[in-house]
Amino acid sequence: MAFDTFREFLAMGGHATYVWSAWGLTAVLLLGAVLHARFERRQVLRQLRRRVRREAHQAGRNAGAQPIQTSRGRSTNEA
Amino acid sequence: MPASEGSLSEEVEVAREEPRGGLAVAVWATLKRDLVLLLRRRSEVLNPLVFFAIVITLFPIGISPDPALLAAIAPGLLWVAALLAALLSLDSLFRADYDDGSLEQLLLTPQPLALLALAKVAVHWLLTGLPLALMAPVLGIMLALPAGSYVILGVSLALGSASLSLIGAIGAALTVGLSRGGVLLSLLVLPLYIPVLIFGAGAVQAAIYGDGVLAHLAILGALLALALILAPLAIAASLRISING
Amino acid sequence: MWAFINKLRSPKWFYAISARLQPWFWAAALILIVTGTIWGLAFAPADYQQGNSFRIIYVHVPAAFLAQSIFVSLAVTGLVFMVWKIKIADMAATVMAPLGAAMTFVALFSGAVWGVPTWGTWWMWDARLTSMLILLFLYLGVIALRGAFASRDSASRAASVLAMVGVINIPIIKYSVDWWYTLHQPATFTVTGRAAMPMEMWLPLLIMVLGFYSFFIALTLMRTRSEILRRESSKRWVRELAEEAN
Repeated sequence: MAFDTFREFLAMGGHATYVWSAWGLTAVLLLGAVLHARFERRQVLRQLRRRVRREAHQAGRNAGAQPIQTSRGRSTNEA
Repeated sequence: MPASEGSLSEEVEVAREEPRGGLAVAVWATLKRDLVLLLRRRSEVLNPLVFFAIVITLFPIGISPDPALLAAIAPGLLWVAALLAALLSLDSLFRADYDDGSLEQLLLTPQPLALLALAKVAVHWLLTGLPLALMAPVLGIMLALPAGSYVILGVSLALGSASLSLIGAIGAALTVGLSRGGVLLSLLVLPLYIPVLIFGAGAVQAAIYGDGVLAHLAILGALLALALILAPLAIAASLRISING
Repeated sequence: MWAFINKLRSPKWFYAISARLQPWFWAAALILIVTGTIWGLAFAPADYQQGNSFRIIYVHVPAAFLAQSIFVSLAVTGLVFMVWKIKIADMAATVMAPLGAAMTFVALFSGAVWGVPTWGTWWMWDARLTSMLILLFLYLGVIALRGAFASRDSASRAASVLAMVGVINIPIIKYSVDWWYTLHQPATFTVTGRAAMPMEMWLPLLIMVLGFYSFFIALTLMRTRSEILRRESSKRWVRELAEEAN
């Protein structure tokens, strides 16, 4: 242990501003990256589900007619 | 790409029917065509030179007319201003050919695109880099550049701007298909210019201090050699991406 | 080798295998970074010259390593994408670039903050900081170029070419900046340039570096999986998966 008290640990021998701001920014960016990745994954899944539901709905409505939505699905695939 | 094999053999057939030395003819024709086209649009050739002169005029006004101070920063100023002037002209390197479709024709020729692109870059250097290098000593007088460094300034700029044209052409080829590629082009290209700037301005500074300049010029030459080998390939690949995209 | 490359062609295979790998890398990243943080911040001895401000090294150096490695990874994935047309490589490149830029920023920021107690100024045109700044511009260029194209295929190929051009330039830039720095600033105190570092200072640094690399791999796996779902959203297996994942 390089420090005797918690207060000394926080003070970092007078370099508290520098040490804690560098570590703080790093922590914020790393945590932010993780939160962003989680949010992104949820959002992608939500959009995917919505799209599947919408197309299932449309397929149900056009039952019997030509399956338009499959060709549309394929064209968006290329984009 | 199984389909392209057929067309490849066709291309070989066509190439066989062409006159001997088809590649040299094609490169020469590209050189001559670009030279003629650029010389007809004189303002495009002159604009970078005028820009160079104006930027150099701004510095004494913005900093100080003191000759001693100006002499100290002159090598860097001249190099940075020349670099920016060369950058300014890059956007139009492939733009006109892209707009009128002749770039597509260039892609379709049986000759290697890298060499034809090299010819276009050579014309760009001949009408931008070389005039800038010739003009720099005159502006050097205005910045009180110490005597004995004028020749080195011109030589280092002539050598360095060839690398700048080659590297810059990669960025120009990547952004030619974009409607507003100008600012993006400078963002892509400027970081890659830094080694050339360091050794170019370093050569002039060494000449002022009376150190040997051959090492700097040799490194500039080495950078140029590397750019001459690799840049045409990257330019060709980038042009293909821009045309097909 | 070829079998492996052919497997990589299948996003479905990658999606399945990365699901199994991901938790391990997250766990490794968490354990290593927490250990390294506690060790580096509280237990490693203070530097005899710099005092406690040297503890910035434990975020500065891993971030700088990662910043450079990610750019090389961008070029490698770019090459793989251009040569073998493996879409996964491009998806990975897409999600890696912002993390690389963020790590470059962390290295720059921590370097600048470190400069205050050591040099007495926020910014010095130190060779390492200058190279880092140029690297940040290279990252921004790759990200901006990818965003500028309307067609995804063109964007991918253009970003790949630029990453490869950049990676050839990085050593040239690094050496020329080093040379330039030694010419203009002879023998200044460099922050991380000392060879002899005692074990109890050096070990937490190693742990932090490994932790950052694990974090990078874990995050890239996770975000590549999202990117697969986004780009392959018309494939049947993706749709079936979306229904299961409720």
